[in-house]
Amino acid sequence: MDRNKNLPGGRHRFKRDWIWAYAFIAPVILGLVVLNIIPFLQSVWLSLHDKYSGALGLDNYIRMFTGDALFWRSNLNTLLFTVLTVPVGILLSLLLAVLLNRNIKCRNLYRGIFFLPLVCAPAAIAMVWKWVVFNSKTGFLNYMLSFFGITGPNWLSDPKIVMISIAIVAIWGSIGYDMVLLLAGLQGISRTYYEAALIDGAGSFQQFRYITLPLLSPTLFFVIIMRTMNAIRQFDLSFMFVRDTDPAFPSTQTLLYLFYRETYIKLNANYGSAIVLWTMVLILLLTALQFRGEKKWVHYDN
Amino acid sequence: MILTSFKTFGESVQVPPVFLPKTIPGKVFSGEESFGYLFSNYRYLLEKVDYFGQLYINTFALIAGRIFFAVITSSLAAYAFARLDFPFKKFFFSIVLVQLMVPSQIYIVPQFKMVVSLGINNTIMGLIFPGLVSAFGVFFLRQFYMGLPDEMSEAAIIDGCNHWNIVTRIMMPLTKTPMMALSIFTAVFAWTDLMWPLIVNSDSRSGTLSSALSKIQLMSEVFKTPHLMAASLLAMIPMILLYLVFQRQFVEGIAMTGIKS
Repeated sequence: MDRNKNLPGGRHRFKRDWIWAYAFIAPVILGLVVLNIIPFLQSVWLSLHDKYSGALGLDNYIRMFTGDALFWRSNLNTLLFTVLTVPVGILLSLLLAVLLNRNIKCRNLYRGIFFLPLVCAPAAIAMVWKWVVFNSKTGFLNYMLSFFGITGPNWLSDPKIVMISIAIVAIWGSIGYDMVLLLAGLQGISRTYYEAALIDGAGSFQQFRYITLPLLSPTLFFVIIMRTMNAIRQFDLSFMFVRDTDPAFPSTQTLLYLFYRETYIKLNANYGSAIVLWTMVLILLLTALQFRGEKKWVHYDN
Repeated sequence: MILTSFKTFGESVQVPPVFLPKTIPGKVFSGEESFGYLFSNYRYLLEKVDYFGQLYINTFALIAGRIFFAVITSSLAAYAFARLDFPFKKFFFSIVLVQLMVPSQIYIVPQFKMVVSLGINNTIMGLIFPGLVSAFGVFFLRQFYMGLPDEMSEAAIIDGCNHWNIVTRIMMPLTKTPMMALSIFTAVFAWTDLMWPLIVNSDSRSGTLSSALSKIQLMSEVFKTPHLMAASLLAMIPMILLYLVFQRQFVEGIAMTGIKS
């Protein structure tokens, strides 16, 4: 406000700024209201009404929590997927980022290769993995295993294994992205810290534990939050890998897959909305939990 | 590996079990059949899916449209939030922030109804629709506008520039890199999105490459494995080419979206 007073026009100028400001934010605010806020309220509204009787009430939620075994199964599947992918994926990308942060000759080449899955459509990725790698008869994976005399499992039709297979693809697809973010974080750490540590005689593990990890923790925190959110929203891979007629289907249906089926196959958007709102609550709960833990391990420089 | 598997044809891969298909393309080359035989899978695929070219157009129109709208609207709003003071600024900015935390699938059903009532389902506009504005874009660009020195816009005001000129002549040229990053981010997400194109453009001809692939895969009586591989390769080629050309911008753009916080 103060800076405007020194300019020609003074307070008059400031008033005219409002008009500009409102004109500038109008498209975005209007868009967000129409595209997001109203739809959000409509989703809540839908979820509070029964599809058939039209009655207002918590019927959809009661059915979801008490009468739908598939719903609980989907929660379990979603959480299992999250637990399988987030820690392993982030550890691997951290490892890669640390390795690439050393003075490796073809750093950009490696970076580029690991990043490649991100620009491939998940639909195409899933298809290639499904037929080329996971196929139990002709797939690459079981072919390799056969050299060691191991008869590989049915990666995508064994209910016990299918989630692991999906997790492998998900990790493979996300490593590049996370690694690029972490690498950017690593490169923001000043060399002087390491030089000082070297003088004090710290080994490379100590350097990692006491310099890299604390200074990287904000980026790491961001990556973990983002990955968890994405894991709970997982839909594409389950959708592409397992059809709803497959025996492995109950073990792969995630919350959003359930939402998709209820809404667009069973055409019950009311119940579907209840499911997707629950998904949002789950995400918010987990995010809030992570923010509570943030103080314990995330260090901000300033 | 992908290459070899899609080049092989018909059932020949599947009948001798656990046999990597390397030998077969070689035989085709040495045989007396024409060169076109090698591409028979592609021919077959493109005959059955004669709208494959349309899918490219749809996908790129979707990407271009989302980038166009998201970058322009986000730049203007980001400038206002970063550089101007106005009443209820905090309130309006909180509207933007809230959207960052809500999963977009919540909006899908009502958005779909809107698209239908506007009569733009099964059109390119319908595909673009949810991406007309980007809360992430506003938040992201605002960070960069805040980092630019005040003196520049003050000098411009004294010279008689209005805010529109400041944004378009001074700010936007200075934020080319973050704008590029936002474009890439938008493109990748538009390209990988599966649920929205599946729902809004249920007619196969108006879908995207991703949604069409997922449908082609379900037609197992028409398309066999080699055809599916051919289809996924065809779908991936343009994006991979773009990536190879803009590799540095891609990687650095994504890295930038992480440092924002």
